Amino acid sequence: MIRILEGNHAVSEAVRLARVQVISAYPITPQTHIVETLSEYCADGKMNARFLCVESEHSAMGAAIAAAMGGARTFTATSSHGLAYMHELLHWSTGARLPIVMAEVNRAMGPGWNIWTDQTDSLSQRDTGWIQLYCEDGQEVLDTTVSAFRLAETVNLPVMIVLDAFYLSHTFEPVDVPEQGSVDRFLPPFSPRFAMDTENPANFGELVPPGLYMEMRRNIQLAMESVPGCFSAIEEEFFFQFGRRYGPVECWMCDDAEVIMVVSGTITGTCRQVVGDLRGRGEKAGLMKIKMFRPFPAREIRNAFNPNQKLAVVDRNFSFGAGGIFAQELKAVLYQAPDRPRVFEYIAGLGGRDVTPKTLETIYRMTKEQDTPKMESVWIDLNVVDEGI
Amino acid sequence: MKHREGVPDIDYLYPGHLACPGCGAAIAMKFALKALGPKTMVVLPASCWGIIAGAYPQTGLKVPVMHTAFATAGAAASGLRAALDIKGDTETTVLAWAGDGGTFDIGFQSLSGAAERGEDFIYACYDNEAYMNTGVQRSSSTPYGMRTATTPGTSWKRTRKKNIVEALAAHRIPYAATASIAYPEDMIRKFVRARSVKGGVRFIHILASCPAGWRIPSESAVKVTRLAVLSNLFPLYEVKDGLHYTLNMEGNRPVRPYIRMQGRFSHLTEEEIERIQEMVDSDWALLKEKANCKQISIK
Ligand SMILES: Cc1ncc(C[n+]2csc(CCOP(=O)(O)OP(=O)(O)O)c2C)c(N)n1
Ligand SMILES: [Mg+2]
Repeated sequence: MIRILEGNHAVSEAVRLARVQVISAYPITPQTHIVETLSEYCADGKMNARFLCVESEHSAMGAAIAAAMGGARTFTATSSHGLAYMHELLHWSTGARLPIVMAEVNRAMGPGWNIWTDQTDSLSQRDTGWIQLYCEDGQEVLDTTVSAFRLAETVNLPVMIVLDAFYLSHTFEPVDVPEQGSVDRFLPPFSPRFAMDTENPANFGELVPPGLYMEMRRNIQLAMESVPGCFSAIEEEFFFQFGRRYGPVECWMCDDAEVIMVVSGTITGTCRQVVGDLRGRGEKAGLMKIKMFRPFPAREIRNAFNPNQKLAVVDRNFSFGAGGIFAQELKAVLYQAPDRPRVFEYIAGLGGRDVTPKTLETIYRMTKEQDTPKMESVWIDLNVVDEGI
Repeated sequence: MKHREGVPDIDYLYPGHLACPGCGAAIAMKFALKALGPKTMVVLPASCWGIIAGAYPQTGLKVPVMHTAFATAGAAASGLRAALDIKGDTETTVLAWAGDGGTFDIGFQSLSGAAERGEDFIYACYDNEAYMNTGVQRSSSTPYGMRTATTPGTSWKRTRKKNIVEALAAHRIPYAATASIAYPEDMIRKFVRARSVKGGVRFIHILASCPAGWRIPSESAVKVTRLAVLSNLFPLYEVKDGLHYTLNMEGNRPVRPYIRMQGRFSHLTEEEIERIQEMVDSDWALLKEKANCKQISIK
């Protein structure tokens, strides 16, 4: 059924349809609508789940971990400072191999306080072993959330669904909300690979000496390496059931493109418009959307380009002392390729600054006109900056 | 081993667990599990017990154990309880088992949150009065007068121990109690009681000596905690619903022998011991007053 839903409510609907059993969460703008709706669903019996109103994000993830260890399908949601506050437990959930699903609304980190979109919060968690899937619109949010449980429970790793603050979290769009029965056919009840059990007592998360630890880490990496393949298989089934799929990366008009805009999140929608307009004017523009950030889909990305192309990476995030984070990752996977395209790096839209069609067209032009990329990333649409340090 | 009335013979600790000789925390767990039995799941935050429970692929306990991050015992016990409940298992007891650091300090917030929410589990704090696992650093449970690695030399701890039972009682939890490894029947009775009480977190605060950190011979581990009770320094009592106090026994010994038998207090002068005696006396008087109040009423 098509409903007009806010991005946040697309998450809530998916969590309801996934028959999540335990939700623990702590409020933070712009995530609040996700968990408010879910607490309503738990209160009025639309969901048969326990909702834990914990006293912090650290506890939200602490409780989620334990609930998953208890064998329940588990969900939480957060944003920005809340995600940072969970950091210790993000590592823990991966090490414990728990298929927790979390919605993370991209919001800038303070100070200064800023509630608007910026990907630095989620990208700062790139080494925690969470699968990260970025979404472009409300439909993708719902579909990705439902699929995330399948993926997490297949590879025994936690999954983060990432959506932009306000541009997506608070924007109403038509979303096809599937029937419960069809979701049930796609997503069977959670049957944990291991769980706390008094009939079969075990010691979970205990001391592991150096002679064993490394093998366990390797095992996590093997699970990570299986993710792109599993994801495609799950998407195939999803497509069969619901008629939609996204891919870890999506290339649009890339084959003959001279300049390919590499984007993620809601900037993608704007970029589609811009690339379409440029094509209309005879420009050879293309678009690559990166949906899966962890694991970084190296093979898909290497195969997508030819060496004569230029890539214009638009990063709505920044790693101080280094650069835009998608650009870093992209350069890293291209480095080993025998012939590789040139990578131009742009920083835009931090702290919720609007990335307009004009911004993207500027990036396109700058890339087209230059032959070789600069060493540093180029900050777009900057006002006057205090040069004093 | 000799059978003792009121103490079940069955043991849920495997021999070969990793505790030091005379570890009060290991003795405490032994009695707690004797009381709670096999339908128990243990939540263990970072602490000495994180080690005592064994290294992969072994286990030191005959019941399931879930290790958790240092600050999360209260939250993790809540999450595990939620999972069991939603799956229809209301029979299994969830036992959060944390040190004083994991209870009084870093884990206090998540414990307080769980207590306020009225979560259904037992939270036991084995209190050895410092961060022992990391090498005897002070916690907010470290008593006045103790030398630790972070209150060294003449900078021995000048502030009082936090009164954790009062803090928990203030949450109006259904049951809070103190227990001592020197009084196993009393401790077992309290865990049995805690298992049957419903309607919120049941909190048990156990004084559990640490021979290495307290600088006592391991064979004195039990004796020292008995002296703490007999001098009213660590009174045995219960609080129902945060309001109704029951004192389990009254001691009549001075604190001096308790203090003097421990290396951690060896630097204290007779005047300092006198100060500690005064603190103990006034705390005990206050507790007796509370125990006599049948009901605390608002005028
Ligand atoms: C977040 C975090 N900070 C610090 C530590 C290091 N650490 C491990 S155990 C411990 C002390 C535990 O003290 P307590 O709770 O009293 O238990 P005990 O070791 O005395 O049994 C500390 C500081 C940790 N594991 N996690
Ligand atoms: Mg301690």
